[in-house]
Amino acid sequence: MGNMKNLKPPLSDSVVRSLKAGDEVLVSGAIYSARDMAHKRLCELIDAGRELPLPLEGAVIYFVGPTPARPGQVIGAAGPTTSSRMDAFSPRLIASGLKAMIGKGYRGKELREALKEYGAVHLATIGGAGALLSKHIVAAEVIAYEELGAEAIRKLQVVDFPAIVAYDSFGNSVYDE
Amino acid sequence: MRYVEFEKIAGTIESLCIAACYELPDDVLAALAEAAQSESNPSAAGILNRLIENARLANDRKIPLCQDTGLAVVFVEQGAEVAVKPPAGREHATLHDAINAGVASGYEKGYLRKSVVIDPLNARKNTGSNTPAIIHQTIVPGEKLKLTVMAKGGGCENKSQFRMFKPTAEKEEIIAWVVEVVRAAGADACPPFVVGVGIGGDFELSCLLSKKALLRNLSEKSSDEFYARLETDLLLRINALGLGPQGLGGDTTALAVMVETAPCHIASLPVAVNIECHSHRHKTAII
Repeated sequence: MGNMKNLKPPLSDSVVRSLKAGDEVLVSGAIYSARDMAHKRLCELIDAGRELPLPLEGAVIYFVGPTPARPGQVIGAAGPTTSSRMDAFSPRLIASGLKAMIGKGYRGKELREALKEYGAVHLATIGGAGALLSKHIVAAEVIAYEELGAEAIRKLQVVDFPAIVAYDSFGNSVYDE
Repeated sequence: MRYVEFEKIAGTIESLCIAACYELPDDVLAALAEAAQSESNPSAAGILNRLIENARLANDRKIPLCQDTGLAVVFVEQGAEVAVKPPAGREHATLHDAINAGVASGYEKGYLRKSVVIDPLNARKNTGSNTPAIIHQTIVPGEKLKLTVMAKGGGCENKSQFRMFKPTAEKEEIIAWVVEVVRAAGADACPPFVVGVGIGGDFELSCLLSKKALLRNLSEKSSDEFYARLETDLLLRINALGLGPQGLGGDTTALAVMVETAPCHIASLPVAVNIECHSHRHKTAII
């Protein structure tokens, strides 16, 4: 494990390039939730040259589909889903400015090439710790695709959201694959 | 014949769905605590302790253990002398209808995520109720109804595998393949795992056995000496992978391996591996 670093999106190139696989990070600020269907739709918009429902420049996307919030709560359980399902879509988002993703598990070769080429990172957080991680989310608002329910795109305000740099922008991985 | 009211069955299933998603079973908590104690890798022990903390928070603050509250897989052991008493005006309502009614209300009232789409390929529209449940029903002697709800997450189910071996295969070939299935599941499927192995029967029975195996208490070995040893061997080999909690390295890749078997055809040796994440959620009630 490396050093603990604080990340405040939107992320700059220099911040991203300072991160090494194995670094522990705490993310604070606005991030966006998106998983399978939202990724598919965002890529269709990019391919069609249309405007996106979120600002991608320097953005952090969290692969999560939370449980419904109870009355008085901000969000329900909100842990990461399997990252590799987004492998087919993430490189196009990275080419459009996305700087970091948060998920669980491995990423494919093409994705790792995109991290190097454009300067972006993939962060891993604890899969199956949805209750624990939800404590770090202090506000949540659906900003697109409300009809997708749990899969809608949400703007999440996070405080000290814990993660580890799983894949850095130099081709290194924290996993022994 | 004993009759149990439709509403009683639905209400029981509702409670089981909610309890399963908020309360990690004691045997799983004990296995996580034991693993945290014995881990030689401090980071891995740290992750295991955070999973225990997650379970405590889920219980205390009524937040589901995991945002993937799963498909509701319902195992039914129905006594031959018990039947459903349908509600007024719905005289054709079945046990399966009662179970699905309970799942729908449990996932709604429990603030659980609805993760079922009506069609697997065409449009994938969410049913909005987490139904239909997957129901496995067996008939047993007596007049009791035993209901078990397993909330099975998609991430680990996606890594489960089946393989048909030659009937002359050696035990070592099967061990090597099961270990490879676990290695391939890797960080994606939320280790440390509970690994269910079904050996024998036919194509579909081996798969069902691999899932049923997960229902056993984690501290219990197979009652058959040969398979109890196989479970021990598999667990040692799997933990020797070094994958560890979250795939970030460590001694704890699996908490338990449980094998269930059935007689099979002379030409066949079917083997199925059901991968279960550490959020091993299941609850049982007997009516």
